[in-house]
This record gives sequence, C-alpha cells and structure tokens, in this order.
Amino acid sequence: MNVTLAHYLTLGSMLFALSIVGIFLNRKNLIVILMAIELELLSVNMNFVAFSHYLGDMQGQLFVFFILTVAAAESAIGLAILVLLFRNRSNISIDSLNSLKG
Amino acid sequence: MDIRSALFYIFASVLLVSAFRVITVRNTVHASLFLVLAFFQASGLWMLLEAEFLSITVVLVYVGAVMVLFLFVVMMLDVSVDAIRIGFWKHFPLAATLGAVVSLELAGVLMGGFRVGVAQPMSLPQGLPAPQGIETIDNLSNTKALGIMLYSNYLFPVEIAAVILLVAIVAAIALTLRSRKDSKYQDPGEQIKVKASDRLQIVKMAAVIDLPSPPVQAPPTDGTTAVEKPKS
Repeated sequence: MNVTLAHYLTLGSMLFALSIVGIFLNRKNLIVILMAIELELLSVNMNFVAFSHYLGDMQGQLFVFFILTVAAAESAIGLAILVLLFRNRSNISIDSLNSLKG
Repeated sequence: MDIRSALFYIFASVLLVSAFRVITVRNTVHASLFLVLAFFQASGLWMLLEAEFLSITVVLVYVGAVMVLFLFVVMMLDVSVDAIRIGFWKHFPLAATLGAVVSLELAGVLMGGFRVGVAQPMSLPQGLPAPQGIETIDNLSNTKALGIMLYSNYLFPVEIAAVILLVAIVAAIALTLRSRKDSKYQDPGEQIKVKASDRLQIVKMAAVIDLPSPPVQAPPTDGTTAVEKPKS
C-alpha cells in the first residue's frame, strides 16, 4: 500500500492534537508550552510539504521557509520574555501572569 | 510494503512517540532533547517527500540554533521539577477531551478525501509571471528550484523575513539586556569634560622640612642595619 497524502495529513493532525494537549497539560511550565508551539508549527509545516509534494506545487515549500523564519523569531523573543519573567517572578508558571486582570 | 512506506511508518511512529514524550516528561532538559528527536524524524519525513533543502534546513535551524537556545534557557533557569508538575493531572481530563475532539474532527475531514498517492511533477506557480529563462522546474534540483522562486517571485517576502529576523534580534537583546549597578564602564563624555583641577591637586608646602633627629642607638650585633620607627 502506497503512502498517500492522507497519511501525511493524518500524521500532521495527530501531531497538532498532541501539541494542543501539551499546552493544556503544562500550565506551570512555560518552556514546554513554547516547545508545544514549535511542535504545532512543525505539524503545519508537515502539511505544507506534503501538499507541495503530492500536488506538484513549489509554493508550499516556500511557505515552509517563511514559517521557519517566523518560528525562529518567535522562539527567540519568547525565550527572552521567559528569561525576563523568571528574573522578576522566580517561576515560569503562566498562572502567575495575571497582572493585566484579563 | 516497499521501502518508502516502511520508512514513513518508522519515522511517523518515532515522531509521535517523541512528541508525546515532549509534553509528558518530567525533566525539561529531556523534553527538549525529545524535541530534537522529533525534528530529526520530521527531517527524515521531508526527505521522503523530496523536500531536501527544507529537510536539511530544519535540522540546521531547529536542532542547531533554536533547540540549543532552548537548552541554554532551560539550564539557566533554576526551576524546581516538582513545582512545574502541579496541576498536571488536574488538567489531564480537559486536555485529553480536547485532543480527542481535535484529532477526531481532523480525521473525519481527512478520511473523506486526499487519497492522492502519486506525486505530481513540480510546476511553476500558476498565475505568477515565470522567472526569466526558466520554463520548467521539474528537472531542477529542489534547492535550485526553491532558490529560483525565492529570488524572483518571492523577493519581497524574503526581505520582509529578513526584517523580521532583525527585529527579533533587536527585541531579544533589548528585552534581556540589563545594566548592572556594579559594572565598570567608560563614559567618553565625562572623559572629555574632565579638567586638570579634577584630577590633580596642587599642595603648597615648604621645600625643606627639618625632621626631628632620631635618637642615637647602638647598631645590632648581627650586622644588619635596623630601621627604628620614629617615636611619635
């Protein structure tokens, strides 16, 4: 049985669901939440690359290129904010981020 | 089952297991190492999808840069392992329900179609002007085709991406930079403004002072000259 596009899309959706579960489970650990966001972007990229391959369109891979750029910027700024947070609060729980009373 | 299918199932299963370990493991260092494993598996899958350039890029960029950054931060912060596990099992039912809903919905959508099993040849993007002198990209390598499109049709997005990266560098440095109070630094303005009277004090004093003569004492017997403190 050949590997079809649906295989890759199913893999991407399972990865996406896992990362959402990870965001909900690790409420006290902002680092793992950032890692789960990276996994989420990876699952989206997986869909892009799979569509690009099976539909014969190079633009999917170009989008992955730009998503990689944005993801690197996001993780750099996210980790900088994390370091600031730890410096001020001495923990990295997102439950303590309630200064805005949202 | 041919070799490509076997490789797909190996990579996919290891990817899912390592992603599951990322979100459930106790130690954050282990979590980031499992994330490295997950990125390697994704790289292998993309190699199967003939996206060679992105496959190498994800290893270089993610494993080489982003995950090292993660590891630095994890090791720099002194977070107790027990404190970050509080509420893990409290949130578990909600998280499991949500994950099941998401995956079932996505599976319901995906199972209906997308049974494409044969890859189409790579074509130039429809509706965009073709780059000069390029008729087809099917016979080019993945890297060359990506580069041709990146620097012709997608030139402005590339520059926007460069600006985003620059903003990220500036933001990350500006956020974490702090000036310590006890750090020593030079201020060139202060150095230029300084006058001789700030640094040099001229004292009026007599050129010759009559010291009180020391009391006469017999030299020590071992031959060395002893210096006597003047009595004050």
